[in-house]
Amino acid sequence: MSALNQKLKRDLWKLRGQVLAVALVIGSGVATLVMSLSTVEALQDTTDAYYQRYRFGEVFAFATRAPLRLVNQIADIPGVQTVQTRISRYATLDIEGFAEPAIGQIMSIPDYGQPQLNQLVIRKGSWISPGRDDQVILSEPFAEAHGLTLGDQISIIMNDNKRRFYIVGIALSPEFIYSIGPGALMPDDKRFGIMWMGRDVLAAAYDLKGSFNNITLTLSHNAASAPVLNRLDVILEQYGGVSAITRKDQISNWFVMNEIAQQKTMATILPTIFIAVAIFLTNMVLARLIATERTEIGLLKAFGYSRFEIAWHYSKMMMVICLIGVLVGSLLGAYFGRLNTELYAELYRFPLLIYRPSPYSFAIAAGISLVASLLGALGAVNKAVKLPPAEAMIPPSPNIYRHTFLTTSVFTRWLDQPSRIAIRQLGRWPIRSFLTSSGIAMAAGLIIMTLQWDDSLGHLKRVYFFEAQRQNIMLSMVEPQANRAVHDIANLPGVMKVEPMRFVSADFNVGPLTHRGSISAILPGSILQPIYDDAQRHSLSVPQDGLMIASRLAKKLKVKVGDIIWVDILEGRRPTVSIPVVGIFETYIGLPVFMHLSALNRLLKERPSFTVANLLVDPNHQNELYQALKDTPKVGAVMLKQSALDSFNKQVIEHLMVFISMFTVLAVVLVFGVTYNSTRIALSERGRELATLRVLGFSKGEISYVLLGEVMFLVLFGLPLGCLFGWLLVWSMAQSFDTEMFRIPLVIEASTYASAIVWVLLAAAASAALVRRRVDKLDLIRVLKTRE
Amino acid sequence: MKALAGVNFELYPKEMVVLLGASGSGKSTLLNILGGLDLPTSGHVYYGSQDLSMANDHELTLFRRDHVGFVFQFYNLIPSLTAYENVALVTEIAPHPISPAKALELVKLGDRMHHFPAQLSGGEQQRVAIARAIAKQPDILLCDEPTGALDKQTGILVLEAIENINRELGTTTAVITHNTVVGGMADRVVTISDGLISGVSHNSHRQPASELVW
Repeated sequence: MSALNQKLKRDLWKLRGQVLAVALVIGSGVATLVMSLSTVEALQDTTDAYYQRYRFGEVFAFATRAPLRLVNQIADIPGVQTVQTRISRYATLDIEGFAEPAIGQIMSIPDYGQPQLNQLVIRKGSWISPGRDDQVILSEPFAEAHGLTLGDQISIIMNDNKRRFYIVGIALSPEFIYSIGPGALMPDDKRFGIMWMGRDVLAAAYDLKGSFNNITLTLSHNAASAPVLNRLDVILEQYGGVSAITRKDQISNWFVMNEIAQQKTMATILPTIFIAVAIFLTNMVLARLIATERTEIGLLKAFGYSRFEIAWHYSKMMMVICLIGVLVGSLLGAYFGRLNTELYAELYRFPLLIYRPSPYSFAIAAGISLVASLLGALGAVNKAVKLPPAEAMIPPSPNIYRHTFLTTSVFTRWLDQPSRIAIRQLGRWPIRSFLTSSGIAMAAGLIIMTLQWDDSLGHLKRVYFFEAQRQNIMLSMVEPQANRAVHDIANLPGVMKVEPMRFVSADFNVGPLTHRGSISAILPGSILQPIYDDAQRHSLSVPQDGLMIASRLAKKLKVKVGDIIWVDILEGRRPTVSIPVVGIFETYIGLPVFMHLSALNRLLKERPSFTVANLLVDPNHQNELYQALKDTPKVGAVMLKQSALDSFNKQVIEHLMVFISMFTVLAVVLVFGVTYNSTRIALSERGRELATLRVLGFSKGEISYVLLGEVMFLVLFGLPLGCLFGWLLVWSMAQSFDTEMFRIPLVIEASTYASAIVWVLLAAAASAALVRRRVDKLDLIRVLKTRE
Repeated sequence: MKALAGVNFELYPKEMVVLLGASGSGKSTLLNILGGLDLPTSGHVYYGSQDLSMANDHELTLFRRDHVGFVFQFYNLIPSLTAYENVALVTEIAPHPISPAKALELVKLGDRMHHFPAQLSGGEQQRVAIARAIAKQPDILLCDEPTGALDKQTGILVLEAIENINRELGTTTAVITHNTVVGGMADRVVTISDGLISGVSHNSHRQPASELVW
């Protein structure tokens, strides 16, 4: 090993504390990137593999009753590869020991083995036995939510007949990764479940012999879907067909894709911020580290080493540090990524999990970090090798201090000399002090950014679930009900207030821009679920005519108040109408569109009717209400706000918080890395000065104050800066985190600032304690003899 | 390897001693031990009746703080403090200091006391270091190669300052040097070589620093 490499090895060992701290800073940036990229990749791979292995359909269409002879006609549509018809119905369930009404979606399966498309993953038990009409396969989440297992019985009310079925199998399906009841916002495994049974049983129960009401297709490779959809719509039109959709709009897949998209957004924004901060910090730290090496650089030059050799020597040092960081970060990132993917797999109950991060994510992370830290370090090396060797070797002449505001102002007169040393040090290196403070500020800002998710989501929850929705139960009707049914509902036990509402699916078109969603129609004066501006936090009254749309939808369709939207209503007589936008409001969740209930009924040319009733129910009479509702056939689903809230907590908040807390951990690591390095470098820059003070009779505590006092000032200055920086990060995050599913409000609670401050102070205190140990061991004699 | 072995050495009140020796002779080690910077591996060091060789870190710190003034070869001024403040650094923690201004007057720097080290010449910096050392009115002034980093003329000025302190304040002074000429200004010259005291001589007449020639 050459002498220079030997030196490199020993230097790295000597500086191991700092090497590790810088590596941690780089590592936390790398880890966030690897974690995010690999999670997205794994989710995408896993979903793809799941879909492929269990032959998830590509086109879905629904009808009321279509004859089976259409199958050939549909199979002949150019581009269609496989056709699978099914019978599917919603039915009310009666589960022992569960007072609240629950809904099941029953899907038909062939008697003999797996269907061609949308195959089931049998988790327990077996397939149904041919010829038996009392067997059912239950979806795993629903079975688990109710503790149902093989051999148990379940009662299903099919066409007003209560029938009992034996559970023979527990299964999963790629079609119902995300299973959402009619009208619900979130999955609720207790109140909505999927079940599969023999086709004959369903055909007999619902009088659909020789017919189907649900069809799913796959397309041949490279076939365009639009012509197929059009043909299918035409064929099914007279059989009550609702417009066909591709996989993209299939509800479960839509949610999964949205989740992946959201993960992707996070995978771009958070790590970008992290890496940028980590790079800044690495550069700052390395530059100072190199600056303390100037004597050695002078010596090397005096020996005849060329600038390039010296630069290469230090570059190698940086590379080693960087590689340690990349290695630690990659391992940590892969570990967190796997953990995160596993959480998703559990949430979605993927029957398989593919976590094979491609070298791509590691390469990106490693490349960015390496290039950035080398660039930063080379700047400092370059400055040092430019010095003539003699100058680099003689001790630097005393740093030039001059009288400034800091030396002459009144308040400094009251300071003792150690405090003056600390303060003047800051004044002497204003840029460096500012950079160090900025480094601490950035790390603090990152902590604020990760912690504020809790604030934002909490705020979102308060506004969306409590301010915007004041009902506690929502009833969804099997079919549109005439307005007088409102009075029937009002007479049910415990009901204090009822407000009718109607949801219709619709396509919104503005030129080439299109959005598939729904219209919520309400009556003026509705207070249980009014049009609510989440940002302004007040209700808006529903206009007589025209649409009130969410600002995010206005952005998507590029419309403003006064513009016209072409609306294809996908129900009833399916009119296409042009409706002006009369108002735009802010919402955090979804892309709601509101209009007057009477106006909607007029468009549909229907009598006053509704499909959803918002209820305010006295909690003391809730069980009586459930009992009554079980006997009310026109009620299709009962949705409790509490359970929607619970599942929002479970599905969104808990999961997101796990992800976010990984970032918080990394942000804290980063804070520690920065403060430790700043303190440690300050020590090596000023060891001589401190040793002198010790010789002059200052105690360890007193000289620690001189050193740590400086760091303390930097931290104290960095904290408010960090709060500001945190706010900016959160603001930019809120700007970029803008999915159709939800937006993040910019809310930072005081407690978040406080926690970030506490974390920074703790990290600073820990670094100070570590450095203090070094101060205590300061070798007085050696420091006085040698000039660093 | 022992830097010093079998050394028996005493410093008397008000005396001016010059420790002469080549580099590596062990003189600095002796000075460090005398100043409470280092502890002997064996043997004892007494300050009056206090056994410094048995003292802990805190006691050594107090010993340095209250009794010893140091002057270093490389001055070791705090660059961020003015001359005045460098002296005040010590007077603030000493029990019976003289004022920093007065200490600087003693080394003839009264007119430059608000300058930062970077604004002073090497000799001036060393004189600030001396002022800093004597401002606490130490019982012992220890100077480690005080002229080592200075040219001859400036060196003389610094030695004069040390001489003044010794004469006017009666501070016991030990000066380490490899320059035999400096021995002329001492009451007693102790020569050290290879870790041993190889010779002691007394000057019947102390030569004024201003008359030293090398």
